Amino acid sequence: MVTVYIDGKSYQVDGQQNMLDACLSLGMDLPYFCWHPAMHSVGACRQCAVKQFKDENDKKGKIVMACMTPAAEGTRISIKDPEAVEFRGRVIEWLMLNHPHDCPVCDEGGECHLQDMTVMTGHVYRRTRFKKRTHKNQYLGPFVNHEMNRCIQCYRCVRFYNDYAGGRDFGVFAAHDSVYFGRHEDGVLESEFSGNLVEVCPTGVFTDRVFKKQYTRKWDLQTAPSICVHCSLGCNIIPGERYGALRRIRNRYNGEVNGYFICDRGRYGFEFVNSPMRIREPYLLSGEGTDTRKTLKEGEVLSALKAVIEGAKGIIGIGSPRASLEANYLLQKLVGPENFYSGASKTESGVVGQMLSVLSDGPVRTPSLREAANADAVFVLGEDVPNTAPMLGLALRQAVRHRPVERVTSELKIPRWNDYAIREAIQEEKGPLFIASVTGGRLDSIASGVFHAAPDDIARLGFRVAQALSPNAPVAGGHFEADALSFAERAAKALREAKRPLVVSGAGTRSSAVLQAAANIAWALWEDNRNAALSLVAPECNSLGLALIGGHDISGAVRAVEEGRADTVIILENDPFDRLDMPGAESLLRARQVIVLDYLPTHSIDRLQAAAAAGARVVLPAAPFAEGSGTLVSSEGRAQRFYKVFSGPGERSAESWRWLRDLLLELGRPGSEALFSLDEVLSAMGREFPALGGAVKAGPPSDYRIKGMKIPRQPHRYSGRTAIRAALDVHEPKPPEDADSPLSFSMEGYEGQPPAPLTARFWAPGWNSVQSVNKFQGHVGGHMKGGDSGIRLIEPAKAKETHYFTDIPGPFVPRDDEFFVVPLHHVFGSERLSAMSSGIAELMPSPYIALNDSDAELRSLTDGGEARVELGSFASFRLPIRLDAFMPRGVAGFPFGLPGLHGAVLPAWGKITAVKQT
Amino acid sequence: MDKKNQGKQKPLTGSFRTDGQPLELGEYEKTGGYEALRNALKSMSPKDVQEEVKASNLRGRGGAGFPTGQKWSFVPAAEGPLSRYVVANADEMEPGTFKDRILMENSPHMLIEGMALAAYAVGAQQAYIFLRGEYVRSSRVIAKALAQAYEKNYLGENIFGSGFSLQMHLHLSAGRYICGEETGLLNSLEGKRAIPRVKPPYPQVSGFMGRPTVVNNVETLCNVPHIIRNGAEWFKDLSLSEGGGTKLYGVSGRVKRPGAWELPMGTTIREILEEHAGGMLEGYRLRGLLPGGASTEFLLEEHLDMPMDFDSLQEAGSRMGTGTMVIMDDRTCPVGMQLSLQTFFARESCGWCTPCREGLPWVVHMLNAIEEGQGEMEDIDLLLEQARLLAPGHTFCALAPGAAEPLGSGVKYFREDFERHISEKRCPWGQNR
Repeated sequence: MVTVYIDGKSYQVDGQQNMLDACLSLGMDLPYFCWHPAMHSVGACRQCAVKQFKDENDKKGKIVMACMTPAAEGTRISIKDPEAVEFRGRVIEWLMLNHPHDCPVCDEGGECHLQDMTVMTGHVYRRTRFKKRTHKNQYLGPFVNHEMNRCIQCYRCVRFYNDYAGGRDFGVFAAHDSVYFGRHEDGVLESEFSGNLVEVCPTGVFTDRVFKKQYTRKWDLQTAPSICVHCSLGCNIIPGERYGALRRIRNRYNGEVNGYFICDRGRYGFEFVNSPMRIREPYLLSGEGTDTRKTLKEGEVLSALKAVIEGAKGIIGIGSPRASLEANYLLQKLVGPENFYSGASKTESGVVGQMLSVLSDGPVRTPSLREAANADAVFVLGEDVPNTAPMLGLALRQAVRHRPVERVTSELKIPRWNDYAIREAIQEEKGPLFIASVTGGRLDSIASGVFHAAPDDIARLGFRVAQALSPNAPVAGGHFEADALSFAERAAKALREAKRPLVVSGAGTRSSAVLQAAANIAWALWEDNRNAALSLVAPECNSLGLALIGGHDISGAVRAVEEGRADTVIILENDPFDRLDMPGAESLLRARQVIVLDYLPTHSIDRLQAAAAAGARVVLPAAPFAEGSGTLVSSEGRAQRFYKVFSGPGERSAESWRWLRDLLLELGRPGSEALFSLDEVLSAMGREFPALGGAVKAGPPSDYRIKGMKIPRQPHRYSGRTAIRAALDVHEPKPPEDADSPLSFSMEGYEGQPPAPLTARFWAPGWNSVQSVNKFQGHVGGHMKGGDSGIRLIEPAKAKETHYFTDIPGPFVPRDDEFFVVPLHHVFGSERLSAMSSGIAELMPSPYIALNDSDAELRSLTDGGEARVELGSFASFRLPIRLDAFMPRGVAGFPFGLPGLHGAVLPAWGKITAVKQT
Repeated sequence: MDKKNQGKQKPLTGSFRTDGQPLELGEYEKTGGYEALRNALKSMSPKDVQEEVKASNLRGRGGAGFPTGQKWSFVPAAEGPLSRYVVANADEMEPGTFKDRILMENSPHMLIEGMALAAYAVGAQQAYIFLRGEYVRSSRVIAKALAQAYEKNYLGENIFGSGFSLQMHLHLSAGRYICGEETGLLNSLEGKRAIPRVKPPYPQVSGFMGRPTVVNNVETLCNVPHIIRNGAEWFKDLSLSEGGGTKLYGVSGRVKRPGAWELPMGTTIREILEEHAGGMLEGYRLRGLLPGGASTEFLLEEHLDMPMDFDSLQEAGSRMGTGTMVIMDDRTCPVGMQLSLQTFFARESCGWCTPCREGLPWVVHMLNAIEEGQGEMEDIDLLLEQARLLAPGHTFCALAPGAAEPLGSGVKYFREDFERHISEKRCPWGQNR
């Protein structure tokens, strides 16, 4: 700690920062634009000018930029110095010379950093009479709107998009006062992080194109803290509602998880919540044909459900890796552990189970995203990170900078925050990142080594790396090509020399061998380096939570129905057609009675509707994440709470756990009356599953109050409260009660800063934009005051020695007549819910089958030509061929999860033949 | 101090051919060319070369006047064969300045030898000449000279069997004033946008490609062979003032003989203007002058007896800059001249920092309005305010402060002309409209 003096008062600050950072961290107001806590200082905008004095006798001082001034011992500055105050006002005046002053019609209005800073400096009157410079705008795709006239040239956009997120199709053009930020021509922004431009831009140049069509202001949104459901990382988000529809998603800062950014799948994947196809009412299907659908009225639902349960001869439950812990737990409770199936395919369950055991039984810790970004050598084994866990990909982009940054900060004494100097000093130098994957990926261009192979060969390579790292690791026998051996040597060397080595793998290839190899590498590293970390990407937002509850894989459920052990199936937020092959799913749905809880029609519901059956089939409207509360466990093992943002139209949908709770109560199951609130459900779950015991602490209990008050979901400036429903009824209804959380559906309540898990929005006096997050952090860019959201549930075993996996697969052998078909993931398309957003649907790839050029040639398959892909005897697809030079021989890539491609359970051997053009 | 060499010796230009053709390699060698390099490689350590240059009081001729030997000494001591660079700043874009062009067009080997010595002194094995793109003739001359130097092993591997190797490259600038700023130059040389970099770290520590780099002006580098050949004391004796050596002074504007002359450092403005440039043209009277290119403060007739050196002009509130004066006569509209200058600076702003990017165009708008007869009296104070705000430290680099120097002083010295424009609603110098 060092002592600095600000306006004559002394303060203790961490000497590693600059004076802007120090002032903001001390809670002071000092305006800025180009500086960003994640991207640090470049000194361009000159807005954070202060007066610096040499010592206490220096009365004259000189203007310096706080962001470029080290907070060294004895640094003396004045924020209030009249010359500094004047200069900051003049900087705003300059920025405003060409700004269009279109705040009333600007989508940024009311949450604009430029507005806030203008007010903060006190600049009011326009002293120029000359014409403003104008620009043409560009079409940048479905996510981001471009309005260049508003630009104040802070360079944040290009620094985020190119420097931080590795984008290459965006830039800064021209010079002097016609500097232009955009693409070289109109077109869709390529980066999966483009939506962050909306939050990075201090004004309305880049605005949310989806939100723009909602005609809603920030202060009119009802919000609640939430968790992204579109991948396993558990990024923290703030969904906002107005007029009964979800309007947008914003990043919710979590110092350990997503920091300042989220990916576009997370930001724009929410439209399914508003889908007209939503199941809004409970209904019963009985007898034959589609006309038998009968809406169940308020009083009829539970009795219908009770009848189903009581009439059952064997009930099984199909859980879901995208449903909350609470829902899965209560389903398990309802059907009994022996009848609970996790709902993931056999392969997927195996892989996730493997993941969990590696993380909880092995000695190596799984890092948070912040820690992953801090790694100084990374080995990615098998996982296509930018497509399965985009924010982990962003973290890895930062990780490769550590080695060179550490070099220049120590050798050249450049402070860590001096981003411009650091980037010039390190140039293109990258720290070690080795990637072994099935085919090319977006991180390849920053990797020190890339190796493309079939999953078994990737695993073998991993085992080989582990073998190179520790004599205790098993020896990977069999033949290795020379390039594989040299790759393994280089990767092992880089990991061995690192201070904080990180191994990344995951469920992407659906290969347990790959995971075991990754575990062996991490464990081998751990023998010498206790900082080694292992990050495993799970398939879905609650895969790991579900694995902690347990359950058989879904194939057992099919057998249970086929063998007559069960005649009743309860399907929780899941579609067996995505998990099973066609006959398996059909079999399962032939159960006499079926209860489905979901928010959107699935292939299974369609099937139930179309097919005749003797027994009752009940469909219950479940609440998606924004309309309910619950807890999810991320791939880090972090349990995080999401809170209900709003009640959907009709208000008949409810969280699945609430339906199941009501059913348990209706059935009068012993102990069910003690499962009433969310807290009670979580506590009971914790007692039953000690590994999940921490989950209840993911958020404060429902009776938590600050100064006796709840925390409002509506900001104090929320407008039109009495008018929204006036067309229906002039009497304002009583706001809904929320018995499950300390949040209220109201403007009234505690106006200060609640703890992080309950932070529904970022706002502070004078700080209306997202930059106000500064005021919620203990130290700017650090952790939230009082700690970041979430409770880590999985910590490594205190093992003394490691038990390596020894089951090393043999080399992959291509077959003459078949291909090994593996899933290929797409950030836009491979996740069903987000794929329902129009923008994401627009950016999805069209279906394809990817093959190596020589494989294709051998079989007379041509690029773009049509092929028949047969997986087993049941699944057959006609797909255009996409030649991919990086695909290993004998392996074909199948786009995972694209809408319309049901029934492909991957990986699998399959036949690919040309479809004869007639 | 015995100033026996003063005025008699013209080490930089004395050997020039009279027909305006460049010195061929043989001719350059006959005048002692490459002797300094040969001797240095044979009998001097890199440190010795640095010390000699430091002792000579050679100060940078690009405008800032930073001591050259000191600049070199900031390059960290070489540890192993890690790359480091020497760059000649030949992007001579300062309005009114043409001294480096004269040197390059007439004696290209002098620059090459100077760079080779600089490279040897700092342990660089790569050197770049960053040349203003419009200097077509210079580029032809230098390209030919480089080929000759490689052929005779003045450049290339293992020069004179000394073990010292140097590759030298000619790079033509795409043309931005900011490329004359050494860090903007480096960005441009790397193929990036020509915007200045943050300092510290200085290029000597983190420069081209993030490696230690010395960037020197052409004239500065051309002095080095002479210092090494004749010694620091000889060099200091050339000068009339503290900083050593001669200086290429230039004069442009309505004088009898516009041009450039090598004179002892510290020659007075009056001597340069009246003796060498022949005084004002008939019918023109001196109203003011920019002593060292466009980005220096106006001086008036009362300043004529001031010696042209770094310290004297600094004391007078101006700067020597490049040492090439721009003369403003009484038949030139001071507003029009200011408009022309500021239009240049505003256009050449790189757009990185706010005051320069936004302030200068505003200044241009106001000057334009005044010149067009649409000015308002408040504009004058606003212009002065802008000149005050565009101060060193307020901006990211020296471009806008450079623009503010003629602006602030021009408005101050010629205020009544500005007021006349505004009150008469026209430019009293009709031809400037």
